[in-house]
Amino acid sequence: MIANGEPGSKTIQNTIPIPPEVYREMGLNDQEYARIVDVLGRHPTYTELGMYAVMWSEHCGYKFSRPILKLFRKYREAIEGSGLENAGIVDIGDGFGIAMKMESHNHPSAVEPFQGAATGVGGILRDIFTMGARPIACMNSLRFGNLDDPRNRYLFEHVVGGIAFYGNCVGVPTVGGEVYFEDCYSGNPLVNVLSVGLLKLEEVAFARACGPGNPVMLVGSRTGRDGIHGATFASVELGPDSESRRPNVQIGDPFTEKCLIEATLEALRTGYIVGIQDMGAAGITCSTCETAAKGGTGMKIDVRKVPLREESMTPYEIMLSESQERMLAIVQKGHEDEVARIFTKWGLNASIIGEVTDDGLVHVYDGQELVAQVPARSLAEEAPTYELDTEEPEYLARVQNYDLSDLPEPDDYNKILLTLLSSPTIASKEWVYEQYDHMVQTNTVVLPGSDAAVLRIRGTKKAIAITTDCNGRYCYLDPYLGAQIAVAEAARNLACSGARPLAVTDCLNFGNPEKPEVFWQFRRCVEGMAEACEFFEAPVISGNVSFYNETPEIAIYPTPVVGMLGLIEDVEKRCTSGFKRQGDIIALISGWTVDDIGKCHFESLGGSEYLKTVHGIVAGRPPALDMNKEKRLHQAILAAIDRQLLSSAHDCSEGGLATTLAEACIMGEVGAQISLSANCGPATALFAETQSRVVVSVPADNLGKLREICEGHQVQITVLGKTAGDKLEIAVNDEPVISVKILELREAWSRSIPEKMHSA
Amino acid sequence: MKFGVIQFPGSNCDQDAYYAIRDVLEQPVEYIWHQESDVRNYDCVILPGGFSYGDYLRTGAIARFSPVMNAVQEFAERGGLVIGICNGFQILCEAHLLPGALLTNNTLRFRCKYVHLRVENDSSSFTHLCRRGQVLRIPIAHHSGCYYCETETLKELEDNDRILLRYCDKDGNVTEEANPNGSVSNIAGIINAHGNVAGMMPHPERAVEELLGSTDGILILRSIVERLA
Repeated sequence: MIANGEPGSKTIQNTIPIPPEVYREMGLNDQEYARIVDVLGRHPTYTELGMYAVMWSEHCGYKFSRPILKLFRKYREAIEGSGLENAGIVDIGDGFGIAMKMESHNHPSAVEPFQGAATGVGGILRDIFTMGARPIACMNSLRFGNLDDPRNRYLFEHVVGGIAFYGNCVGVPTVGGEVYFEDCYSGNPLVNVLSVGLLKLEEVAFARACGPGNPVMLVGSRTGRDGIHGATFASVELGPDSESRRPNVQIGDPFTEKCLIEATLEALRTGYIVGIQDMGAAGITCSTCETAAKGGTGMKIDVRKVPLREESMTPYEIMLSESQERMLAIVQKGHEDEVARIFTKWGLNASIIGEVTDDGLVHVYDGQELVAQVPARSLAEEAPTYELDTEEPEYLARVQNYDLSDLPEPDDYNKILLTLLSSPTIASKEWVYEQYDHMVQTNTVVLPGSDAAVLRIRGTKKAIAITTDCNGRYCYLDPYLGAQIAVAEAARNLACSGARPLAVTDCLNFGNPEKPEVFWQFRRCVEGMAEACEFFEAPVISGNVSFYNETPEIAIYPTPVVGMLGLIEDVEKRCTSGFKRQGDIIALISGWTVDDIGKCHFESLGGSEYLKTVHGIVAGRPPALDMNKEKRLHQAILAAIDRQLLSSAHDCSEGGLATTLAEACIMGEVGAQISLSANCGPATALFAETQSRVVVSVPADNLGKLREICEGHQVQITVLGKTAGDKLEIAVNDEPVISVKILELREAWSRSIPEKMHSA
Repeated sequence: MKFGVIQFPGSNCDQDAYYAIRDVLEQPVEYIWHQESDVRNYDCVILPGGFSYGDYLRTGAIARFSPVMNAVQEFAERGGLVIGICNGFQILCEAHLLPGALLTNNTLRFRCKYVHLRVENDSSSFTHLCRRGQVLRIPIAHHSGCYYCETETLKELEDNDRILLRYCDKDGNVTEEANPNGSVSNIAGIINAHGNVAGMMPHPERAVEELLGSTDGILILRSIVERLA
């Protein structure tokens, strides 16, 4: 199978020591090099060294994060049990499963935003369809620096452009997401992409190389010199010379990906593929050693059988290339032709590059010559792990104890509200999602802009809801609480759509973990998130860690993005956030009750968008969270939606209650008359980002039933007013403080981002 | 009666069109692989949306050379009904089955959104269930939807009632603000001289269920069904 003649050598001998500067350049330290020598019983070849360097990088080997990730129950069970698959799968009943995963492409996007973001989409899609699932939606969670800086505008424009270029062409709708703007992301943009796929549970495909003698097939694109050492690049800080890393960034070809999706799903249906894995970071190296390790087998391949873009590529380059749109398929012996025919029909390469063996080793030949001979498990599963030091950062006490009691009350609340609505973090993201095809596949029943995207599941009454959430500023001010709020808010967004949480995928973005303060943030965030995910019955089923998101000037806020999936049993019982008609009652449903006032620090401007935008202060503690109260709120909202009592439901988050009301007015094109009673100043009443609250609108006839539900779930319902007229009017303690036309609110909210982007 | 939906490599609205015909119109429908050389078995051929061959070159420029396009040409010459939606419209223009061309949007960006369309011709095989002046709400999703043609061609289209749909506001006014891509004379859809080949940038197959936000696309698709019945 391997070559025309038998390979010349059976083992690698007489290797010479690799100079330290060579392996250090590849990101390996002296101990790690010594360990390789120990595993192999000799010095590695240059090709082997490259393979270890990528597989043992943080990006592939999770050498720093793995000990902490064990706090996630499912991850711990997987590590200790059957092993990790490419993406988690959730059973949604009726024989269907949803595959879901989120991944970062931060470093590539920082130096080459268009291709960086595009290939991020391509990579996450392959993670999904390699499991036999048809990708049915993408989302993305993005962070940029201030848009007044032309570099940030450039990054924003081209990241969105890259996502659109790839996602639109492959025909997978990009149904929503989030974009935040904070100075700390200047030069450190975050590009996290999430994809979900639908599959029949009986048709799950596995990334295992089973059956010695079975041929190993490389399908999809040819292999080129792009993206070599991309994984290693992702495992260092960004710096002034990062621009020189542009050749580390892969180039995306969404047309080939589209054909690859169709061909792979068609080929899997034949039943002749016994194992399959996509190629992302570390390319052929990763896919061969991981599938062999999971299958408990070995593999031998010949790099000369790999279709190349450039003939002169070395084995090292071929093994480390991160050329996109490729998959490794292990095919049942004797059925190679049937499988290859399908890929050929779709215009794709399908080349047998080797076969499964039973010796636990990955043998790499360059024609006759053996260039690598390494234990598969040593690469895939035995990356060294480190218990890094943690230390509470010094800034924390300072920001948390910042005295907010002397903040002056503003004199014009209308102006403040308009300022908040035009803050890019809060403003309409239509400029973004209009560039994404969010409707293709005709399953999107709640379009972008609401609290969560909703997709119907064809052939059932069900629908799924998806949301991504994370307020990095909260995590900066209190990593543990901030991460819990991210989970709570995601579950709240789902509840407002009528969905019960099922599972979480995460993307954990942090600075350099080798700095004890950063690793402390990481550990605290994971602790908070793991606890909250269990509490809300949405276990983390997949995820990704991205470290080294820092430049010499600044590290990002700890940003553990939560992607949450929920289920709606009956698609007709879904809810959206905009008010629907004149004359509905507007009420606030809150997990907090009157008993909490004074006892609990839940009404606070700490960490709020108001504090940052209006006063230029990033300080205080994030608003308090009581997960029991939060969960009761979700249950009440879900019960109300299930009984179809609500016209709308919108969660209170950035910008506080006033912003929530304004958004519901804008989306519904209807005004509101609101009267609040408060024990605090109007600014706090209007703009504090108090958790566990949802604004609902409800036909007057349903109010009684809604009250009963709230009482039953021990949550507070307060009637705030009604939908009426063409203005948002708010009085606090009978004092009118806000009165603005909806048209004016809409202008501020919808024009902000386009104007900033056009002023360039 | 049978519909055929052509699958070019890179088509991505083929399944949406297929479902709309099968599940909503409840009519027989099959996929036609782009390498087929005969489409005579069908009564209406749909060229769906997507990015045929990636559209890395000019949109539709490569797909027009797919083997199936010879068959589509013959089919159209014999009077068979052909409708190109989005990328399908672009391919039909490239194949000269329809006049004009689709250029990059004047916004230079992809746009996906619901738009309003005014029905300009209510007697064609594709729109006869609509009323002239009726406003339809149907989504667009394209990067190159800016319809362009020479002045003489525009006059010919206008004089012969060959403009099917124009972008308009929600009240039916054809205005510049309502034009999402810079199309000449707000044109969103046209037919050929014989009236059997139609192209449109909006996606009727995306507006066929209340669940999706509009059912106005059914009027277009059902017009075809009733004309063939």
